[in-house]
Amino acid sequence: MSDDIVLRTENLTKHYGGVHALMGANFEMRQGEHVAIMGDNGAGKSTFVRQITGVEQRTSGKVSLYGEEVNFGGPLEAREAGIETVFQTLALADDLDVSDNLFLGREMTKFDWLGPFRFLDYKGMRKATMEGLVKTGVKIPNIRNTIRNMSGGQRQCVAIARTATFASRLTIMDEPTAALGVQETAQVENIIRTLKDQGEPLILVSHNMRQVFDLVDRIIVFRRGRIVANLNKEDTDGQDVVAYITGAKTGEEFAGAA
Amino acid sequence: MPDTSHGIGGLTFDKAKRSWPNELNILLALVIIIVVFEVLGQVLPYMNDQSFLFDSRDRFDSIFNEARLQIIILQVAIIGIIALGVTQVIITAGIDLSSGPLVAATAMIAMSFGQTELVNGFPNPKALFGTWAMDLPVVLPVVIGLAFGAIIGAINGTFIAFLRIPPFIATLGMFLICRGIALWWSGGNPISFPTESFKYIGSGMMPVVWFLSLAVIFHVIMRYTVYGKHTYAIGSNEEAARMSGINVKRHKVMVYTVASSLAAFAGVVLAAKSETAQAGMGEFYELFAIAMAVIGGISLQGGRGSIIGTVLGAMVLGVIRSGFTYIKLDGSYQLMAMGSIIIAAIILDQYRQRNKA
Repeated sequence: MSDDIVLRTENLTKHYGGVHALMGANFEMRQGEHVAIMGDNGAGKSTFVRQITGVEQRTSGKVSLYGEEVNFGGPLEAREAGIETVFQTLALADDLDVSDNLFLGREMTKFDWLGPFRFLDYKGMRKATMEGLVKTGVKIPNIRNTIRNMSGGQRQCVAIARTATFASRLTIMDEPTAALGVQETAQVENIIRTLKDQGEPLILVSHNMRQVFDLVDRIIVFRRGRIVANLNKEDTDGQDVVAYITGAKTGEEFAGAA
Repeated sequence: MPDTSHGIGGLTFDKAKRSWPNELNILLALVIIIVVFEVLGQVLPYMNDQSFLFDSRDRFDSIFNEARLQIIILQVAIIGIIALGVTQVIITAGIDLSSGPLVAATAMIAMSFGQTELVNGFPNPKALFGTWAMDLPVVLPVVIGLAFGAIIGAINGTFIAFLRIPPFIATLGMFLICRGIALWWSGGNPISFPTESFKYIGSGMMPVVWFLSLAVIFHVIMRYTVYGKHTYAIGSNEEAARMSGINVKRHKVMVYTVASSLAAFAGVVLAAKSETAQAGMGEFYELFAIAMAVIGGISLQGGRGSIIGTVLGAMVLGVIRSGFTYIKLDGSYQLMAMGSIIIAAIILDQYRQRNKA
């Protein structure tokens, strides 16, 4: 097993009762690579992400991160292992401010002997928040604002800044620009480019063909719960990818899969 | 860095930009209510120019009518202790209806371990247990009472968090169960004649001391600790809290346990103050506690509000009750007026949210 493989899944499968949402997904990505996951609604993209990030427990198969097999009991374990995720539903607490959200579930604390009543280190968290925002180039007028008072783009930026603040080993974004306007989308895309320049590996789930061709190195196509194509950006084009998504074509190595 | 639609001013961390705190609105309302009663005192023909909160007798050593101030705060102190817990529950977007009967049950249980053996040289006529339970150190009844409350709260929390029973239903069930426990504990008989040290817990202004010191403690906890932050996070977006790795179920059990422990402590203080415990005690306390929180700006949708708000809400309720008595409003009107105020507070809260969203 080579050292620069960030994430590998073998035969990853998930059934919801009788629904086979994900079947035998074999996936691999390397250090510094940006990979897009595409596919129709219900093709298994989000299911795939949820199995990797520990939000749900897989039915069968193996996941390994940097060559080590991992079994996450929950999203926090995945996070602690270095997988940072921007979820489709933003997973932000509306009534808390920016730094509270960045550090939700992993607060900097003082007087740890107080157990659940240990004190928050607001100063330290705000400082780290500013550093994280600078690192990603995210601009937010005032980090003391609650999320409720922010625009969709600002919210998305907070969610993304959260992944970037914690020098992560793998970043996953599930349709980060689905609900954004043109300028806000551009800002999010710039953040993704910044991460690319810094050599951070990233999985991008997206419907947006232009965005995918702009940002990533490799495209994985899902259809009806299976991976049907693994394409280098240089060897393919939009029409080709659409053919895989709709089922007009199936990759050679995946023949018989769907 | 390319320019974008927002944040042209770059990063700022500006204390002055914090929004107008809701607590100031409640404080303002409190002042207005006091002014209204002052004016009514001057205007209503049968009031003979009395003053509501200021000293009417032209003494030089005093501006305020301390007696009235004391009564106002003493009236709300015990329910206020419950409200501190209910506030935390409501911030998680839950509700706790069981606190009133829990007060009664805890008063009975704590009092039965806080009795004195001899009353005026004769054996205690209301003794529930034998001499072994008489004249125990005061710590014992308090700890037993708090433990009972904690157990009830943990049961509430477990049903709500793990069995996914809606908080309204789970605590409504517990409401009846606790009233039942209060009646069953002594077979319906009152329990009386506590030890001197037990009496002291509720004597004089002690309930106010408890209320205010607990308010300070829980203000710090809600604002500056992980427990508080997670409580707000859960009420704000439970899904996000879970995805962030917060153990939501365990935290909810903890919040309900803390809330019921506070209600239990209120029961101990009430028993000590009344020097007797009866199964019918604490009637409507749960509703008044919820009212204090709601008037204090705690959003029933969860995620918003503060302990300071609840303390102010308690003061508003106390001032209104006392004011109604002061202008000699009949008890039946008082209830109707109080109900209207609670509904008005909720309408105001929803209006506020719509404006913010």
